[in-house]
Amino acid sequence: MNFKAVGIVYRKELTEWLRDRRTLISTVLVPLLMFPILISGMISVSSILLGNAKKEIPKVMIIEGDDSPDVLKALHGIKDLQFVPYAENWRDQITDKEIRAAVRIPKGFQASLQNGNSQTVEIYYYEGEIKSEFGAEHVEKSLTEYKDTIVAGRLKAEDLSASVLSPFEIKKENTAPPEKVSGAGVGSFIGYMVIILSMTGAMYPAIDLTAGEKERGTMETILSSPVSRLELVLGKFLLVLSASLTTAILSVISMGSSFYFLGHSQAVASSGEHGLQMNLGWISILAVFLMALPLSVLFSAVLMTVALFAKTYKEAQSYLTPMTFVVVIPAIASVMPGVELSPKLALIPILNTSLVCKEIITGTYHWHSIMVIFASTCVYAAAAIFVAVKMFQRESVLFRS
Amino acid sequence: MIEARGLCKRFHDKKRGEIRAVDNVSFRCEPGKIYGLLGANGAGKTTTLRMLATILEPTDGTALVCGYDVVEQPEKVRANVGFLSTATALYPRLTAQEMVEYFGRLNGIDEVTLKKRVDDIFTRLDMNEFRDRRCDKLSTGMKQKTSIARTLVHDPPVMIFDEPTTGLDVMTARTIISFISDCRSQGKTVIFSTHIMSEVERLCDNIGIIHDGKLLAEGTLPHLRDNYREHDLEEIIVKVVGPRFANSEA
Repeated sequence: MNFKAVGIVYRKELTEWLRDRRTLISTVLVPLLMFPILISGMISVSSILLGNAKKEIPKVMIIEGDDSPDVLKALHGIKDLQFVPYAENWRDQITDKEIRAAVRIPKGFQASLQNGNSQTVEIYYYEGEIKSEFGAEHVEKSLTEYKDTIVAGRLKAEDLSASVLSPFEIKKENTAPPEKVSGAGVGSFIGYMVIILSMTGAMYPAIDLTAGEKERGTMETILSSPVSRLELVLGKFLLVLSASLTTAILSVISMGSSFYFLGHSQAVASSGEHGLQMNLGWISILAVFLMALPLSVLFSAVLMTVALFAKTYKEAQSYLTPMTFVVVIPAIASVMPGVELSPKLALIPILNTSLVCKEIITGTYHWHSIMVIFASTCVYAAAAIFVAVKMFQRESVLFRS
Repeated sequence: MIEARGLCKRFHDKKRGEIRAVDNVSFRCEPGKIYGLLGANGAGKTTTLRMLATILEPTDGTALVCGYDVVEQPEKVRANVGFLSTATALYPRLTAQEMVEYFGRLNGIDEVTLKKRVDDIFTRLDMNEFRDRRCDKLSTGMKQKTSIARTLVHDPPVMIFDEPTTGLDVMTARTIISFISDCRSQGKTVIFSTHIMSEVERLCDNIGIIHDGKLLAEGTLPHLRDNYREHDLEEIIVKVVGPRFANSEA
């Protein structure tokens, strides 16, 4: 094999690829802009919604409680709530968002308190509706404060210390390193995205360099040159692989930068929230790419082989679109909670890489599994390249009519 | 030189079964001569020429091109052949110069020689005006010139043309015909297929008439005229193919 010829084919394909506007959009612009736009959009929308929800003074209805004036007085003392008169249809009003919550004071509640009996105060709200949840939280907080006041009074009456109710404190502390905490959250998403995007990044050039060439009539031109079919398919394959990796790398850079700036942005800091953790180590990210490399090779070779069967660009698209599901399903399965790497799963392509990427990002390196997965994916990738070369040597595929 | 020896090509079709696209075709074309392959659509011309250019592999038989076997040494054959047809398109996102240089490099020409040769060809074919223009922005005539330059860049001793003027306007077709004629003057071995009889009469030293994959008649134009007692080439073809055409149509 003449490696120089492979290089010449690759260089020419790269030149054409870089001059294609569709390529720039699908390989560079989309992965670079998608995450910042998506993330900033989601954050803006949610902060606007949260802000609006916080600004509103929730309307709350009190049900019964006429025989508990002290409780009512305590509730009416809450500044951030607007109490509305009782109405029979209070449930409908919550559902219709006319009021945000309702609180039921049981009959004889105040008397029970004085007698030392316990009764239940019920708060009604609309679950999943943020303004209703805020209203309910306010009511609950105020009632808890009222309860604490009563408890404190009772302790004082009995001349007991507050520590009677709290003989010891409980404190939870995280011992996991920051990258593990991040990996369990946003990080596991990265492995998934690298896999999906390395596939989508390969799709367009795989079609363009096979079915596209057939459709444009340049396949016969190149086949009349002295370059061998093996050199030709390898040159083309390297370009598809480059596109696949470029898309994946740009996506991760874009995603990482978006999360990084988001975590450090003034807006998040001033709102007092922790923001999204993105303390992922560069070694973890490099390791993910290393694991994704044979998978990209596999995708590139398989997509090229399938697209080569098509006579036109459109036909190739119709073949390759269903293949997206073949990749998406195992990739999604891997980010499901409870799906763990096992010896059997380590041999299933895509799913194995996705699972091991999830572990790598959380800082766990099971070297045995990593080696099995890397080696098995390399074997699948080599088989896919072999099939691609064989297909390029079949006249019935190249000149299918 | 080209020497076809019992070339056969069979395809399998799901509906029609085995198809003999080319059936035991043998002929010879010497350097400095033009061999014209004539026949109706589907006669087997393109398949024959594709086998000579090693784009397709013969099912049986073989051919020697410049002494290289098309089955055993396809890369060597392609290095000695310039193949041009209406199906050999240009890469739309490369410039005319890049297109020609690409094929020069694939033919193993070093950069210094390549530059000199490209400059020479572009000047000879009057292509300097559009050398930096992308192929998808070229006119049909410019595209044909670029295709010619692509086939010439490695200075092959054998030229194969498959219906090179089909669908072209008169002026562009003239450029191609003139180019084919020049190839003969330069001592190249030329084989081409066409439907246009005037081109055959004007260019060909030898003519082969092919039908249903079989080479039915062969010879110089005067020889064919004598054999079939017809002056007009079209009438000769009708006489050669006629009875078989009726059979194949039936």
